[in-house]
Amino acid sequence: MNSENTAQTEGPPAYPRAASLELRNVRKQYPGASRPAIEDLTLTVPAGEVCVLVGPSGCGKTTAMRLVNRMIDLTSGEILLDGASVMERKPPELRREIGYVIQQIGLFPHLTIADNVATVPRLLGWEKDRVTARVQELLALVQLPPELADRYPAQLSGGQRQRVGVARALAADPPLLLMDEPFGAIDPIARARLQDELLQLQQRVKKTIVFVTHDIDEAIKLGDRIAILREGGVLAQYAPPDELLAAPADDFVAQFVGVDRGLKRLALSRLVDVELLPLNGDHAAGSVDVQTSLRDAASLMLADGNRPLTVVDSDGKPLGQVTLELISAALDRHPPTPDPSAT
Amino acid sequence: MTGALPLAAAQPVIPDFGRGSTCVRENGAFCWDWVSDHWGDTLRPALVQHLQLTAIAIVLGFAIAFVLALAAHRRGRLTTPVVLVTGLLYTIPSLALFQLLVPFTGLSRTTAEVALVSYTLLILFRNTLAGLAGVPEEVRDAARGMGLTQRQLLWSVELPLALPAIVAGLRIATVTVISLATVAVFVVNEGLGAPIYAGLQQTFKTELIAAGALCVALALIADGLLVLLQRVLTPWTRVARSR
Repeated sequence: MNSENTAQTEGPPAYPRAASLELRNVRKQYPGASRPAIEDLTLTVPAGEVCVLVGPSGCGKTTAMRLVNRMIDLTSGEILLDGASVMERKPPELRREIGYVIQQIGLFPHLTIADNVATVPRLLGWEKDRVTARVQELLALVQLPPELADRYPAQLSGGQRQRVGVARALAADPPLLLMDEPFGAIDPIARARLQDELLQLQQRVKKTIVFVTHDIDEAIKLGDRIAILREGGVLAQYAPPDELLAAPADDFVAQFVGVDRGLKRLALSRLVDVELLPLNGDHAAGSVDVQTSLRDAASLMLADGNRPLTVVDSDGKPLGQVTLELISAALDRHPPTPDPSAT
Repeated sequence: MTGALPLAAAQPVIPDFGRGSTCVRENGAFCWDWVSDHWGDTLRPALVQHLQLTAIAIVLGFAIAFVLALAAHRRGRLTTPVVLVTGLLYTIPSLALFQLLVPFTGLSRTTAEVALVSYTLLILFRNTLAGLAGVPEEVRDAARGMGLTQRQLLWSVELPLALPAIVAGLRIATVTVISLATVAVFVVNEGLGAPIYAGLQQTFKTELIAAGALCVALALIADGLLVLLQRVLTPWTRVARSR
């Protein structure tokens, strides 16, 4: 197994292992197709960041993702993983270094959860004890009870199976994770929880993640950077969520992010991120926790006749006041704190 | 026609009635004492030969059908010709097939085996191929995406998941061959077909009934064993779904 760019050694896995990913003038044309699925895509994902590929169906986002681990081979261009071309690697070896999660999960029905999670470590020839320890560690990491280890996939709920899918993808501590609409088939409540869990997980493992979705809200919630693709794999805009919402590059992007993009942007910041007005002694107005998002604070004030709110900390101690004008001004000048767990 | 056909089976010209108990002398419908008297010299050897005929046919038939199914699984255009040829073999009446083979392989066990094997091919090929084709596409995609090679995908994912279909094919093929192997008596005086044929030639029917019953019992037991084998090999198919 080739491992020149892996810092992995024996013992406890080193989590902060991430690779940069670079797509250079990537083109993919399927034989017999009149137009290329991807015309000319150039994109750089810095190590440890979540890049969300989003766009309407047929925009080539899944194709772009599958080019990275050579599930599909590109027509021309280059894909570099930590500076090394993926085209020079044998596909099976390359794929063992890249976590892979798909919407249908694709757990092996004939293997127990533990054996499913152990797939890649065993392909890499890890020793038995190390595999066992790693499986337990991963089930804990994705918050699955250890007694599920001996069950079969058919015995788990959809959400549990998707967690197993993520654990299996992380098993050999890959520096890059590819996720193709992983939460697409899951009910909205469980989906929101899985998204939160993924963000918490990412805080700990700091992987480079390429995440494909057609849901702009999911993209805004999860992405450090969002790549909006239009048909033919043309990159319409590639920017952090706040920039995307504040300054859509064109009508296509503006339409795709939605007319409520102002509100979506407010949802990215919390009261703790803005400079509050001093308290003026008037405590008649309602109060709001400092961790509340600007969107929810604005909503509260709109519902309450545009009266200022007193901002309090978790102990209920007043910190200052907030007004709709203040929030509106914050949109102009305040870059949100990069805290992906704030929604 | 060779004309030699019934000779092989008709050797015991004078039926052997054993010591001749009351039941046998009065030509009873079924005489247990005949069965116990002739277990060692007639029925047991025939049963053992029958088992051998069946086992060889199934092992060879499965080996051929398995290789063909793996090839067709990889190259889909092989499927139609294989189904055509094995289907043709399957439709040839067994007596006719024995006759056709005798000029080449004589009145031998080989003739019987060639015919029996040819009857297993269609079932075993189709079931193995269907089992492989039934592996969910997302499972295959995930397996490739995690870095399994084609060979690893086949042996550690596709074939295990195809096991229920493969065993289902083996069950049908085994029961078919056990029944069909009695007809092999027309080319080789072996197996339970021999006492059945002998029984048909005489008014005393115990030999016919006993050999026929052994044949049915053998088929049921073989089928039961294959069911057990599948249960042991595919524990995941029996888990309670929790959704």
